[in-house]
Amino acid sequence: PPSCWLFCSPLLPSPLTPALSPHRCHPPPSALSTPPSPGEGGEFRKQRPRGTQQGHHLQRNMAGAGGGNDIQWCFSQVKGAVDDDVAEADIISTVEFNHSGELLATGDKGGRVVIFQQEQENKIQSHSRGEYNVYSTFQSHEPEFDYLKSLEIEEKINKIRWLPQKNAAQFLLSTNDKTIKLWKISERDKRPEGYNLKEEDGRYRDPTTVTTLRVPVFRPMDLMVEASPRRIFANAHTYHINSISINSDYETYLSADDLRINLWHLEITDRSFNIVDIKPANMEELTEVITAAEFHPNSCNTFVYSSSKGTIRLCDMRASALCDRHSKLFEEPEDPSNRSFFSEIISSISDVKFSHSGRYMMTRDYLSVKIWDLNMENRPVETYQVHEYLRSKLCSLYENDCIFDKFECCWNGSDSVVMTGSYNNFFRMFDRNTKRDITLEASRENNKPRTVLKPRKVCASGKRKKDEISVDSLDFNKKILHTAWHPKENIIAVATTNNLYIFQDKV
Amino acid sequence: MMLSKGLKRKREEEQEKETLAVDTWWLDPSLPAVAQAPPPATSSSLFDLSVLKLHHSLRQSEPDLRHLVLVVNTLRRVQASMAPEPTLPPVPSPSAAPCVADSLLASSDAALSASMASLLEDLSHIEGLSQAPQPLVDEGPPGRPTGGSPPSLGALDLLGPATGCLLDDELEGLFEDIDTSMYDSELWAPASEALKPGPEDGPGKEEALELDEAELDYLLDVLVGTQALERPPGPGR
Repeated sequence: PPSCWLFCSPLLPSPLTPALSPHRCHPPPSALSTPPSPGEGGEFRKQRPRGTQQGHHLQRNMAGAGGGNDIQWCFSQVKGAVDDDVAEADIISTVEFNHSGELLATGDKGGRVVIFQQEQENKIQSHSRGEYNVYSTFQSHEPEFDYLKSLEIEEKINKIRWLPQKNAAQFLLSTNDKTIKLWKISERDKRPEGYNLKEEDGRYRDPTTVTTLRVPVFRPMDLMVEASPRRIFANAHTYHINSISINSDYETYLSADDLRINLWHLEITDRSFNIVDIKPANMEELTEVITAAEFHPNSCNTFVYSSSKGTIRLCDMRASALCDRHSKLFEEPEDPSNRSFFSEIISSISDVKFSHSGRYMMTRDYLSVKIWDLNMENRPVETYQVHEYLRSKLCSLYENDCIFDKFECCWNGSDSVVMTGSYNNFFRMFDRNTKRDITLEASRENNKPRTVLKPRKVCASGKRKKDEISVDSLDFNKKILHTAWHPKENIIAVATTNNLYIFQDKV
Repeated sequence: MMLSKGLKRKREEEQEKETLAVDTWWLDPSLPAVAQAPPPATSSSLFDLSVLKLHHSLRQSEPDLRHLVLVVNTLRRVQASMAPEPTLPPVPSPSAAPCVADSLLASSDAALSASMASLLEDLSHIEGLSQAPQPLVDEGPPGRPTGGSPPSLGALDLLGPATGCLLDDELEGLFEDIDTSMYDSELWAPASEALKPGPEDGPGKEEALELDEAELDYLLDVLVGTQALERPPGPGR
């Protein structure tokens, strides 16, 4: 494996790196020589849907459902420590594929970034896609102390966003609560040897011994991946940064905190433009905060931001310097039959993501995922219930603060399927075309390499069937907040508290 | 690790639980009464829970603003449901109830949270803050030893109504040295006509103080720090 050069201060190893992750799974050399897993009874060839299965399509959580072509999701890899005792610093706080999908970055609470790289597909072993192996690990943010306020600033990485690749190096933005950093990740696989005036160890040669001219040549060396901070964008946020988003012009980006959104130029670190400010003159009047923000994927003057009251505002930067007045306001009227003291909390939007096409956006609130057509402000075009069975438990979830959990959501590459996490290490996928959905579990149990994941079902009430899990048995400490979908392939990365799971569709 | 006791559904366990947990039958849409205000016992426990959360949130060195705002808004809803409109005196009252949440929110700025936190810290040792609330009948009769309304900052007003057990002599002792000559004595009159005797149904706890704008401004200024706050040196002096 490539040796990893760690930049900056001494780095506590993250359990996601191979040295501490004894459970890397290697695919067997040939699919044909591997017997099928017990109970599965199937071949590794892609299974066609049987005629009888079509009749069940109205049933939720149909086995095998979840993709436009009846994708069967298989376990591929898991990264991270095995033991249940989770170190705080190892808690994964963000997951993001780069634009090609070759690289997968994770950030954790300890301020580290771990990047995995997909192995090039082995043409002979076409049964599986490349594995993701550690490519680079670095300490992105350190804990800081704000002396003015006597406050510690957490080093937890809140978000990572990749820049599209322009040259050999890769660039990403990573942010904690207060500071955004632009990192350059570059490879070094050769070094110059044969200097005229220096020895190999760097000492200067005695000039009197130099009798011939020697021109250094590049010779190959073991691959080294270096991460270096190229820009540090600091001191622009009073409140906690929750989002960063790179503009489609690839020159600017926005950063959003609870009350303000700033626009930056990637080359300029000493100033930013404030484009949204919802801080009231009197803090006593504060009733709403910004929860997420994103640039439109194609329109470089358009962005959206969501609020704790369940609204999404679309703004056009050409309209005015300070985008305090939205161009569009997306809000669904409250359903009176579902009204409760917790209505506002569960309507709070925890994530907003544009579709790749730019025509739709998806929002995640506590119980559901909603797809909005940008041309229709008064209600979403599609709503998917993630875990409706929790609606009757809201009081308890308020008591234990789970109701404040912020789940993210993501689109697949073709915008036909959306995915989001839930509790008990469950995650859900919704196929927008077939209207089928599936619940899967990220767990080390029963997950042998290329094992097809078994759909899960939660029993909301009544008699619990075999293999169903009752709501009261759900583990609310096992939450999947962060998921990511490869931009082109059916490969997904799902983060449990401290483990990263990679699943692929069966080939 | 399983969920906290709140989600266990066995009947016998439910009885053992603190009153703060579960019991959301009033949210069941199939029940006819759901459209009306929920029974005060549940509102009150939700109120206490929210106050506890607010307390906890403010004690963080840097409160999570989203959490704070959502809890405060929930608290406002609960407060509003506990004091139905007709019984509230008109005009300054619309802000009377939420203003206490407002004043707490104002203190979310780091500079203020220290003063709020220390204030709440003084209260935290007082028994009853973390207990289930006393039955409502205990808070009823006028002329109670504490003198009725909390004679102090708006923040305590928030804690006052449902957690009447806080308003004992010990708390009074904390603030007896505050020079109250600046306060309009009308504000703190024990025999406020807004107090309702024997409130079985809850609304009586919602003492609607007749704060007019000027006094409210002064109180908020104190909280914001533009006015010096004379801290009492210690309880029971």
